[in-house]
Amino acid sequence: MIWSDIIFQLSVRSVRRHFLRSVLAALGIVIGVIAISSMGMMGTNMTLSVTEQLSSMGNIITVTPATGNGGGGGPGMPGGSSGTSSSDDYISDDQFRDIKRASGQELVYYVYSDSDSFDVGPDSGRSRIYGLDPEVMPEILVLTDGSYPKSTSGVLIGPTIAERYDLTVGSRIKLGDDDEGPQSTVRVVGIIEGRGMTMDISTDSSIVVTEKFFTSMYGDEGEYNQVIVVADNIDDVPAIKAEIDRQLNKKDDEVNVQDSSRMLTTITSTLGTLTAFVMAIAGISLLVAAVSIFNVMMMSVTERIREIGILRSIGTRRSVVRRMFVYESFILGVAGAAIGAVLSLFIGYFVVLAMTGTTEYFFYPESIVYIPAAMCVGIVICVISGIYPAWKAANLDPIEALRAE
Amino acid sequence: MKDNAVIELKDVTKVYPLPAGDVIALDRVSITIKEGEFVAIMGPSGSGKSTLLNQVGCLDVPTSGSLFITGKDVGEMNDDELTDLRLEKIGYIFQKFNLIPLLTAYENVEYPYIMKHKCHDTDGIVTALLNEVGIDEALATHTPPELSGGQQQRVAIARALINDPKILLCDEPTGNLDSKTGTQIMEMIKALHNQGRTVIMVTHDPKNLDYAERTITITDGRIK
Ligand SMILES: Nc1ncnc2c1ncn2[C@@H]1O[C@H](COP(=O)(O)OP(=O)(O)OP(=O)(O)O)[C@@H](O)[C@H]1O
Ligand SMILES: [Mg+2]
Repeated sequence: MIWSDIIFQLSVRSVRRHFLRSVLAALGIVIGVIAISSMGMMGTNMTLSVTEQLSSMGNIITVTPATGNGGGGGPGMPGGSSGTSSSDDYISDDQFRDIKRASGQELVYYVYSDSDSFDVGPDSGRSRIYGLDPEVMPEILVLTDGSYPKSTSGVLIGPTIAERYDLTVGSRIKLGDDDEGPQSTVRVVGIIEGRGMTMDISTDSSIVVTEKFFTSMYGDEGEYNQVIVVADNIDDVPAIKAEIDRQLNKKDDEVNVQDSSRMLTTITSTLGTLTAFVMAIAGISLLVAAVSIFNVMMMSVTERIREIGILRSIGTRRSVVRRMFVYESFILGVAGAAIGAVLSLFIGYFVVLAMTGTTEYFFYPESIVYIPAAMCVGIVICVISGIYPAWKAANLDPIEALRAE
Repeated sequence: MKDNAVIELKDVTKVYPLPAGDVIALDRVSITIKEGEFVAIMGPSGSGKSTLLNQVGCLDVPTSGSLFITGKDVGEMNDDELTDLRLEKIGYIFQKFNLIPLLTAYENVEYPYIMKHKCHDTDGIVTALLNEVGIDEALATHTPPELSGGQQQRVAIARALINDPKILLCDEPTGNLDSKTGTQIMEMIKALHNQGRTVIMVTHDPKNLDYAERTITITDGRIK
């Protein structure tokens, strides 16, 4: 239908007459569409993959000491109690038993944690040290190599730290700094399987030791940094949370009880902000494209001034002249957006792969929708850029236009 | 009908305001042209001939005075009405042919038809008209730059006739042609006049005056 429209034909031929120039103008739209859709898809894919990972740990509840309140000290005694910083907060053994009873779950365990420097031969580094009950370790950690520690000097390490320091089962690590504090040499007995993002303890680049070793090295026996409740049934999580909160936070807020839902909202909203931000930056490229389309359209009007005069003099209405130039910018927009869409499919795929490590969600509707959405934005921007030139062309005085050379 | 005035100018004045001072291109010009007349307009360069023709062709509106085309007051019309008048009632033939370079000869002739009827010509009117002015089907597929001046002017005449206008305006139609081709074009215009059309022709060439029934001479924007 539109192909048989002679006005559309004029626009097509005008674009084709200056093919290179048209291609260059449309290139801006191509880049803009790619940028916007790739960034949008990246954000969506990140959110989808985080959501998936977090919901797989939906049955985990973490209990941490409420910050600002000492482990047992009364609140706000004027000038009395020593300053309580958050590093002094802990969960006591009594509280641990209360948590276990309140939750009514089988698998409830406490975690000691600290961070310390270590030496491996000539190399040294720093890592998080977790102290766990040796009986709990097989319940929560899967090993790729070695076995769980039987003696106090046996430790487990995460895959990241193992790779970085070239550690295998049998390697020795000297924990502690030689300038201050105690030092102790431990032996790697097992490598923990990579766990990625976790709700409980992040083991990938940590050292996991037995609680006996931990307290002998760092003291603080019976002062746990966090308690983890693993619910048998994910549907019970809200009830368990409420019960722990009710029983432990009777008078003051002694502990914080969290599950992955809170973390999920925080992460997804952060990702949302981040995505909006990078998309806004990508949007700037479309703005630049708009300027180049505008420029080319103004050139086209100036060049075709005489032609416009002829068209007007033999009976072409202003609205038709306007339509002809809007078509021209529309053609540039559609061509640019179409090429951009095809390239987005490839470039977006690699961006998503590079940024999230998976393309599992790439073809999900909420991800792929960014391609047509970016196309529409590109086309609309082109047409808007063409409005003023079209208006200018339509309002030329026919005689003046005919006299132009 | 024969004695009806198709074109009537009453005290038409056209002033071009320029920074260096106003140019009075037409000074109180009054002309009446009857249906079926063949009028030639003569005068030195810059005397206002084209300006006069542009007023009659509704490409421009007079600064003052009034202009009636087939009894209608042009001063009362808006831009779209003037455009439609140009499309349906007036055929324009220019010295510089003024074909659209992006369209083939065939499409150039068909263009005003599409503007008027909002559809393509399916009755072969365009081809018939092109044959009449001596452009065969092979030539009709060429674009204007691929045609000679005489061929372009033939296509322009076909274009001017496609909507069967009452009035034919020619601004030095032979000005860019050699004398032999010029004569052929003049014969064609003569034939169109004989079919009953009103023809107004601006010309420098005294030879062309023989075709006209009446000559109006204009100097410095005034009629003698
Ligand atoms: N758009 C315009 N702006 C300013 N002055 C104009 C304009 N058009 C015409 N003129 C002036 O009006 C006068 C008449 O011009 P016009 O084109 O009608 O002359 P003409 O008789 O057709 O001349 P020629 O034989 O050279 O074509 C001239 O002095 C010209 O400079
Ligand atoms: Mg002239």
